[in-house]
Amino acid sequence: MSFDWYPLLNSLRIAAISCVLVFFTGIFFAYYAAKLPRWLKGVLDVILTLPMVLPPTVCGYFLLLIFGVKRPLGMLLLQFGVKFVMTWYGGILAAAVVAFPLMYRTARGAFESFDKTLAYSGQTLGLSNGYIFWRIRMPACRQGILAGTVLAFARALGEYGATSMLIGYTPGKTATISTTVYQLWRTNDEKGAMFWVLINLAISTVVLLSVNMLEARQKKAVKA
Amino acid sequence: MSLTVDIRKNFGSFLLDVSFTAENGITALLGASGCGKSMTLKCIAGIEKPDEGRIELDGRVLFDSASRINLPPQLRRVGYLFQNYALFPNMTVRQNILCGLNREKDRAVKEQRLQDMLRMMRLEGLEGRKPHQLSGGQQQRVALARILVNDPQILLLDEPFSALDAHLRDSLKVELRDLLERFGREVLLVTHDRNEAYNMSREIAVMDAGRLLCCKPTKELFADPGSVQAAILTGCKNIAAAVRVDEHRVDVPAWGVRLETRQKVEEGLRAVGIRAHYFNPAAPQNRFPVRFTEEMEEPFETILQFRYADQKEGSAPVWWRLPKDKRPAQFPAELGIAPANILLLYE
Repeated sequence: MSFDWYPLLNSLRIAAISCVLVFFTGIFFAYYAAKLPRWLKGVLDVILTLPMVLPPTVCGYFLLLIFGVKRPLGMLLLQFGVKFVMTWYGGILAAAVVAFPLMYRTARGAFESFDKTLAYSGQTLGLSNGYIFWRIRMPACRQGILAGTVLAFARALGEYGATSMLIGYTPGKTATISTTVYQLWRTNDEKGAMFWVLINLAISTVVLLSVNMLEARQKKAVKA
Repeated sequence: MSLTVDIRKNFGSFLLDVSFTAENGITALLGASGCGKSMTLKCIAGIEKPDEGRIELDGRVLFDSASRINLPPQLRRVGYLFQNYALFPNMTVRQNILCGLNREKDRAVKEQRLQDMLRMMRLEGLEGRKPHQLSGGQQQRVALARILVNDPQILLLDEPFSALDAHLRDSLKVELRDLLERFGREVLLVTHDRNEAYNMSREIAVMDAGRLLCCKPTKELFADPGSVQAAILTGCKNIAAAVRVDEHRVDVPAWGVRLETRQKVEEGLRAVGIRAHYFNPAAPQNRFPVRFTEEMEEPFETILQFRYADQKEGSAPVWWRLPKDKRPAQFPAELGIAPANILLLYE
């Protein structure tokens, strides 16, 4: 029997897809939260950041409350053949919810330090708001947004709690690296567990190194 | 060509209430920092929305709360030079200037106007540079080029020299003034620097705490500021509360003197001002005994501080500023001042 690489593949696709989702939603909320009145911004900020501080199992619990197949929304989605419970793509939902605050907060920080006069001068020159956002604001905040994306990706890749609550562990179906490590260790396969631990370590190290490099470049850019 | 502004905006801690008309030429908005000058510019450009009022440029309504008109900045055709020039850091000089040509669709025309502007602003050879690779003066020229190719109907300049080294400022002032004269349209210059306002503008509007105090031709304002705030902003160092005695005499209790004035003193006088340059040991009028207390040297001038013989305890000393070569070896016992040099300050 050839070695089962499924957990790596599954983890990578869950992390990649949820990272893309979080990239756009995080930026969207970060951009519009900055424009809200202060009190509303405070409330929204708490709600959007909660998944970062709650135990992931609690996030998973909430997800089950909403998307469980016996819940109204879950039942409705089932009509369209969409089921987030015990499916691999349910993992995308779990990972996205947990990784979202990282993207949101980093992007917000980047937007807040953005020099508003750049946007203003673009407007007075007659540039459209879309052009200003994509060609001036995003490039100026590039380092921060990239760092947020990388962090969100890393967090999604390492997600365990919410994932195990929502999609459980089925080899070849919903298994991810983190749930596999737990499963192998539980069944006394220490060597197998160690293998996946090393893979996870390797990926995380690469990710964190790239975050540090981005931050260093950002600092240099600010100085210049 | 004219700009009419009549706006109010409540910021909680302070109220912006500005109303003026500026005609062709350079008008300076002079005021201390935080008095609402830049906010006024932002309202004209459409970056900030006033609570109520009306802004009109050459007959076009840019903002009118009564008829709910509020043109977005993109449609106002207002050129805005920001204090930090706001060049797009990720773009080259060429790309920055092309941003100002976004309305022009014809590529050949676009290129032609870009080249003309590069030549006019002496930016040839710098097209490929990023903003951080330029000197302060070059950055200012790129920012102006980007605005001028956009063909605005009015130019707003927000403290255009504050980001520059002192030695660059004077030569750039001359350069910018010439350029603005060629531009030939309305220019609004925001500054807290009285010299800058004097050098550059034909008219000055004085702002204080969100209000417009007065709007006068430049030389007139310096000759007769009319209010305490305007006197301070035009650099008058000696200001003291004063009481009207009759049409040409005022009492200054803090200095313990009665001064003769050439201007007619109206009811409601609040204070008098004397510019530090205007004391004269030889002047026969308004002559009083003085006692010198301090001396402070500057490169080319010296400041002598003195107190009048009957000056009140605790009141600020009076400043006399004179060129170093005119400094008397022995301090005079009495100083006079011409009645024409007494500024009458109301409000």
